[in-house]
Amino acid sequence: MSKSVSKEKSMIIQKEMIAGLLKELGNAKETGKKVVYTFVPGNISELILAFDMLPVYPEINALQSGMRKKSEGFILDAEKLGHSEDVCTYVKCDVGMMINGNIGPSGEKIPAPDLLLLSYTGCFTFMKWFETLKRLYPNVPVALLHTPYQEGHKITPEMTQYMVKQLKEEVIPKMEKVSGNKYDEEKLKKILANSSKVEETIIKIFDTTKNRPSPIDAYFAGVYYIGPINNGFRGTPEAIDYYNELYKEIMDRVHNGLGPITPEGEMEKERFRLVVEGPPNWTHFREFWKLFYDMGAVIVASSYTKVGGVYDMGFRVNPDKPLESLADYCMNCYTNLNLEQRVELLSKCITDYHADGFLVNSIKSCNSFSAGQLMIMQQLERRLEIPVGFIESDLVDPRYFSYANIKNRLESFFQMLEQRKLILE
Amino acid sequence: MKKYFLGIDLGSTTSKAVIINEQDEIIGRGITNTRANYMVATEIARLEAIYNARFSILKMKLDDEIKSKPEYKKYIEDIESVFQYLQFKRRLDKLIVQFDESINSTFEGEKKTTIVNFVKTIFNIIAPEIRHEFIFANLGNKNQFFRDIVSERYNKEIAKLGKEYFEPMMLIYDKSITPVENELTEFDFKELIFEALEVLNEKYSYLENTNPEVSDIQFDIEMNILKGNHKQVHESIKEHITFIANMDIHIANMVGTGYGRALLPFPEKSIKSEILCHAFGAHAVFPNTKTVLDIGGQDTKAIQVDSHGLVTSFHMNDRCAAGCGRYLGYIADEFNISLNELGPLASDAKKEVTICSTCTVFAAAEIRELLNVGEERADILAGLHKSIVMRAMSLLARSGGVRNEFTFTGGVARNQAVLKYVTELVRKNYGDDLKINIHTDSIFMGALGGAMFARRSYKD
Ligand code: SF4
Repeated sequence: MSKSVSKEKSMIIQKEMIAGLLKELGNAKETGKKVVYTFVPGNISELILAFDMLPVYPEINALQSGMRKKSEGFILDAEKLGHSEDVCTYVKCDVGMMINGNIGPSGEKIPAPDLLLLSYTGCFTFMKWFETLKRLYPNVPVALLHTPYQEGHKITPEMTQYMVKQLKEEVIPKMEKVSGNKYDEEKLKKILANSSKVEETIIKIFDTTKNRPSPIDAYFAGVYYIGPINNGFRGTPEAIDYYNELYKEIMDRVHNGLGPITPEGEMEKERFRLVVEGPPNWTHFREFWKLFYDMGAVIVASSYTKVGGVYDMGFRVNPDKPLESLADYCMNCYTNLNLEQRVELLSKCITDYHADGFLVNSIKSCNSFSAGQLMIMQQLERRLEIPVGFIESDLVDPRYFSYANIKNRLESFFQMLEQRKLILE
Repeated sequence: MKKYFLGIDLGSTTSKAVIINEQDEIIGRGITNTRANYMVATEIARLEAIYNARFSILKMKLDDEIKSKPEYKKYIEDIESVFQYLQFKRRLDKLIVQFDESINSTFEGEKKTTIVNFVKTIFNIIAPEIRHEFIFANLGNKNQFFRDIVSERYNKEIAKLGKEYFEPMMLIYDKSITPVENELTEFDFKELIFEALEVLNEKYSYLENTNPEVSDIQFDIEMNILKGNHKQVHESIKEHITFIANMDIHIANMVGTGYGRALLPFPEKSIKSEILCHAFGAHAVFPNTKTVLDIGGQDTKAIQVDSHGLVTSFHMNDRCAAGCGRYLGYIADEFNISLNELGPLASDAKKEVTICSTCTVFAAAEIRELLNVGEERADILAGLHKSIVMRAMSLLARSGGVRNEFTFTGGVARNQAVLKYVTELVRKNYGDDLKINIHTDSIFMGALGGAMFARRSYKD
């Protein structure tokens, strides 16, 4: 590993983008900008932007708190309020943060919401989460956008209509009222046109893992790459620039035959290629990542980087049909896929990116992702005859991260892969 | 020169060593309980495996004779047992010295004199008793550890003393046994084996004058045959014994595994995960194995294996000891019996009491409650064994279920009651036509897998 870690240009751009947004949020009360709290899966930030409002994502705040080692205290405070041990720790972390003055992970105060936009995509926790928020902010209006589950494997025109109807009758009127602006379809179309460019670039970026060595880690670094699109920049010109720059950098790596960059520099030898399902652990992110790159394991695809949008199966926004596109986008989001679709998607990733193994990081407090993971795992094992591994940790509750347990299992898993290579060669 | 390969499985409660030859045949096994000092435990297991290998080679050499003449078989069994006794004796002598030291540093005055006398008396009783058992009843074959053999008898003797001496006698016992157990006693195979032959001569000449009808010695056919001609047998075997005593067992490569594997002074590439080793070992013994359940001291593992013996997935218990050997240890403590007695007692049950607590700590409370309401110990134990197996079954289900053939490995596989419930529940849940493999060597599967990896990764 090389000693010096050079900051890539894209990293600097991203940092500035996020800092700018946080600053804008910090000044929202002065500038009079309205603030919408919403969720990452199926987030319709293009619409929020079309109304000139600012989005806040509670999950992102929670994961940031986790990474900055602030989550444990918040979680304990939420538990004192009566939230059970089994509640999603994103929720508890945020509740704890809010009752402690709503000071965000970067130290700036997060403005109170003017609108709670509940996009319900697959995870029931979202409903309960907003019930809690509603109690904390009793006078704030709630707009509900319900996304039908893709039970029958495909999106029917009726489903799209159902969502468009909600957008027209429930979401847009509330947004108009809160923002004081009229719905401007042309503006939304322009924003969506930007989104569609970004989608193309993102696809190309995550496709570079087809190379050997893979130039990026599509999980640990991948969650940074999806930062801007999940953090309110969907449809912005900044996002276009950021992703173009990122793609350029990655292609440079491909041309130079380089592997991924880790916190300790370049990963020298790619020994194992993996596909990972499930969110990462945020409180021990670096340690967790290190367990992989120390062993030469690179993640060539992960489902978590698709929570903000799944483009692999062909979905793209169509700026000419703005509301329909938003609807389809929500329905296509990873948490909204049925188990068969998830198996299909993961299986495509394993085959397309030539993975040696499949690993599940099951999150103790996330019911939405965890349900069905064992089934997914067993189906992939049988269907593709690929070694599979299973570890457990948590999102932001450091009490649930057992380093020794995870290390032991990962070591065994990596040895499984190694032995397989040795014996089958 | 012939090459041999060693696998060491450093478990949380026992350390196992296996030596294989170039054909993957097991020729040596060694096992000891793992206490604080892992290094010593490993060394003991390794040396034991090497001694055992010499005996195995002896048996292989004399294979034809052993088949046609039962007295040969008996004779070799006897030497092995006496050989084990002599090792035991060396350690016992150390223990006696250690007792002296412990007493000197712990007690004074009259109390000290009393205790010295008690200890002397106790050892005067138990030392010959143990000798007798080793030599005449083949205690060595029963696979008990030094501590267990001594404890059992020592405890029996102190129970006879007055209550006020119980505590101090236990105190010096604990103070003395641990250092002896944690210290490596080196033996010279050659010296010991010839000494063993002497002892045997003594045993057989004693037999000459004994009447089987009135003797406390277990006579069997082989023993009776030996009665007349042990000198002849001795003469014809002596040369072979000299050969195996002098032969060099060349360990060409070794691999370590198990719970404490990171502590082994092996290079990184010679340390393998226990999951891989158990699966590989089980697969070597039963080539059609598809699912392996390994219940060890510290953890339970459900492993799925492909046709090459390679692991495709595994599940381990997490944050709870309820399904594994340690749980049995707690239960034995709770009932104040030894671990070895658990299975047989549970097998005597007339029914199974349902145990709801899957948690070790809660189960202890539940046991007391059940005893209070008059449930039988055996019935409670049966229920406990079943609940352990049910935990293992849920782990198996999580890992993808049981596929044909199913192999059960690990230390807990020595417990009859566990075996019974595993068989019962696997059949019930996954069908009667499933083949279930359980091997007498199940506790050695991890070490065997390790040895096999050692052979495969060996390069001249
Ligand atoms: S998907 Fe999981 S992490 Fe996200 S809100 Fe639902 S339970 Fe929490």
